[in-house]
Amino acid sequence: MSHDASLTNRNFKVVGTRVPRPDGVDKVTGRARYGADATAPGQLVGMILRSPHAHALIRSIDTSKAEALPGVKAVITSADLPDKVNGRRDLLDILENCMARGRALYDGHAVAAVAAIDAETAKQALKLIKIDYKVLPHVTDVDEAMQEGAPIVQPWVRTAGGDPNKETNVSQISEFGHGDVEAGFAEADVVIERSYKTEQTHQGYIEPHACLASVGPDGQGELWVTTQGHYTFRNQCAELLGMEIAKLKVTSSEIGGGFGGKTHVWMEPVALALSRKANRPVKLVMTRDEVFRATGPTCSTSIDVKIGVKRDGRITGAKAVLRYQDGAFPGIWGMLGAMTSWACYDLPNVKSIAYDVLVNRPKVAAYRAPSAPMAAFAVESTMDIVAGAIGMDPVDFRLLNAAKEGTRASYGPTYGPIGIRATLEAVKNHPQMKVKLKPNQGRGMACGFWFNFGGQTCATVNIGVDGTINVSVGTVDVGGSRASLSLIAAEELGVPYETVKCTIADTASLGHNDTTEGSRGTFSSGMAIIFACRNAIEELRNRAAKTWDIPVQDVHWQDGQAVALGIQHSNLQPLTLAQIAAKSPRTGGPIAGHNEVVADGAGVSFASHICDVEVDPETGATRVLRYAVIQDAGRAIHPDYVEGQFQGAAAQGIGWALNEEYIYGKDGRLQNPGFLDYRIPVCSDLPFIDTQILEIPNPGHPYGIRGVGETSIVPPLAAIGNAVSNAVGVRLTHVPMSPPRILKAIKAERSLAGDRRVSAG
Amino acid sequence: MKVAVSGPLRDAVGGAAAVDVEAATIRELLGRLVDRYPRLEAQLDAGIAVAINGEIFRDNWSEPIPAGAEVVLMPRIQGG
Repeated sequence: MSHDASLTNRNFKVVGTRVPRPDGVDKVTGRARYGADATAPGQLVGMILRSPHAHALIRSIDTSKAEALPGVKAVITSADLPDKVNGRRDLLDILENCMARGRALYDGHAVAAVAAIDAETAKQALKLIKIDYKVLPHVTDVDEAMQEGAPIVQPWVRTAGGDPNKETNVSQISEFGHGDVEAGFAEADVVIERSYKTEQTHQGYIEPHACLASVGPDGQGELWVTTQGHYTFRNQCAELLGMEIAKLKVTSSEIGGGFGGKTHVWMEPVALALSRKANRPVKLVMTRDEVFRATGPTCSTSIDVKIGVKRDGRITGAKAVLRYQDGAFPGIWGMLGAMTSWACYDLPNVKSIAYDVLVNRPKVAAYRAPSAPMAAFAVESTMDIVAGAIGMDPVDFRLLNAAKEGTRASYGPTYGPIGIRATLEAVKNHPQMKVKLKPNQGRGMACGFWFNFGGQTCATVNIGVDGTINVSVGTVDVGGSRASLSLIAAEELGVPYETVKCTIADTASLGHNDTTEGSRGTFSSGMAIIFACRNAIEELRNRAAKTWDIPVQDVHWQDGQAVALGIQHSNLQPLTLAQIAAKSPRTGGPIAGHNEVVADGAGVSFASHICDVEVDPETGATRVLRYAVIQDAGRAIHPDYVEGQFQGAAAQGIGWALNEEYIYGKDGRLQNPGFLDYRIPVCSDLPFIDTQILEIPNPGHPYGIRGVGETSIVPPLAAIGNAVSNAVGVRLTHVPMSPPRILKAIKAERSLAGDRRVSAG
Repeated sequence: MKVAVSGPLRDAVGGAAAVDVEAATIRELLGRLVDRYPRLEAQLDAGIAVAINGEIFRDNWSEPIPAGAEVVLMPRIQGG
């Protein structure tokens, strides 16, 4: 679905300007309403009882004492959430994750829930629920989970296409690539092979999951919730609870961060079930402890990479074997790691094999370009090692092998116009590359790729009688899309930005919209708004034609006004949108434009990052001195927000690379479920993050948009890994590169060097 | 027309990296493939994407497939 290039490449009037954000005042004054900010008459407090065991059989649950406690209005277990999913395994997994069904599969797995008149009563009620557990063996490490004899997480799981009689934790093996990698390695002058590990991290959104649920005895319900996709939440909750989709209205609140973690339902079906049983509204707000233990972090991984190269720098063969743990339910996260691992490069022989593995940890969810950062850490670290081995500059080495238009991607298709080479050229010319480094300092760079995608989208444009514009969309504004979408509507209609107000409609007010994920918000709703505006413009031309009593074919829309074409109409003054709108009650009624579209045609995007660090060799602590993000945005609709996405992704990546990790004890329980012990970066940890937006328009979008929200989380682990390794002179292969891990690597290298001296002596 | 099959979808088509099938649209393509490889139906339910000349289509099954196009059958991806 390529669009007219003259439109994609046209000179925009308001698109690309840095207008004030429409949600800014509400957010800085506290008027904005987030997930926990809704109230309803008679509302109850919902709370969830969670498993203290990593893996346990639930022999029995006795809720009688909790139910008898004054003030308790409902207690539910999995018995109140019967299987209504008609054999759909994906939905049954979601249902089982929301409430354990006979077995607790990870520390924090929900086993029962209560609704009471206040928090104290609800807490007391949780303590009165008696559960008889039989603790089972558990496994939390991905490599251990793949070994013969490992505890089996889900007895029904079989490897797709594998032995139908063999219980296993490997739910899927995926292979991508082309050519003959073994022949490629045989042809190489140098072959480098390394193994890497990355630990599990959480998206770390500041706002915990929260909702207000209300279901009446007539089967009608409402849900106010912090989510990235209220239509998806509506459909899933309705299906899980046996409700009719049209009778459950879901309204998305303002969202305090999602990054993929709010694309999935966790406790919303539980809140609705409690409300249905109590016949009262139920508000359920997770604690931070619950967010860590019982929502969806990203995978921990174990990855092997092998690259063969000629002395001139040409890669002849590249292979990755990726093992990703998906938590206690099957996922596709390893597969995504395999698809993205080599996407930056033009390779004649390439292979990626991914293992998706179950462990006794929470169900993994998407985290901003899910799975790609870990694969990039392994591949981009090895790229640096290979460049060093053949004495080539790491940027030149990447440029020589970079993918370009016409390259067959390692995951299958052939690329159209792409920006990886442009980002690498920009790295070479970036001023940061010329800053002289001091002792204990190191510089690293790395590249990253993400697909981006579109999906089902619906938008309405309503023109008020005073000429102001209401735009209604169904993609939740996670990263500033209301500003971008208002700019697009203003551009298309030819009106000032200030006259446009963009609203996220509830599920009863607009057709289905896919979740805001895959960097699709501005891409897909932008597309729907462009088409809805063009639809409205048709009507505006009709109304002008009626007003002038001339054929509509003689009316042209130009710069926000109707113009009568032809010498015979030269006496007619143009009619502005506001003038046409003012007369609309008498020319046919309200003027609106609508569009429903499957917004396919998303453009892949690439980023290259540069990082300078200083490592204290005594403590192993790393300080990021300078950081630069260069990314292809396709078209930057609102450059402030694009830069904000780049900076935010880099900040998250810095935390992931240096500090953040889920730490499990031998008992399989999470040891650090709070921001004191799971340390995300704060402002004082970060330098100013420089950004450079490249614009290589995506021919699959009328304005050339690619989507920008995810790609820049991909390079930081590797860029920082390369910088730290260069600073300390030891290759770091385990993320996070926390002070103890860096010290351990330095000491191991010193000890090895000592051994070498002894044996040489 | 040769259709490349990537990733876990290969298992459903008997391990082949590519299959021959004639189709004018994505809908026609998927219909004929399911007729020939019934196990692919479960993959369709789980989600699938088709890349035509490098452009990825996840939902628009009416998309025409031009003669001589490069067609790749891919698993559906998720994002954050």
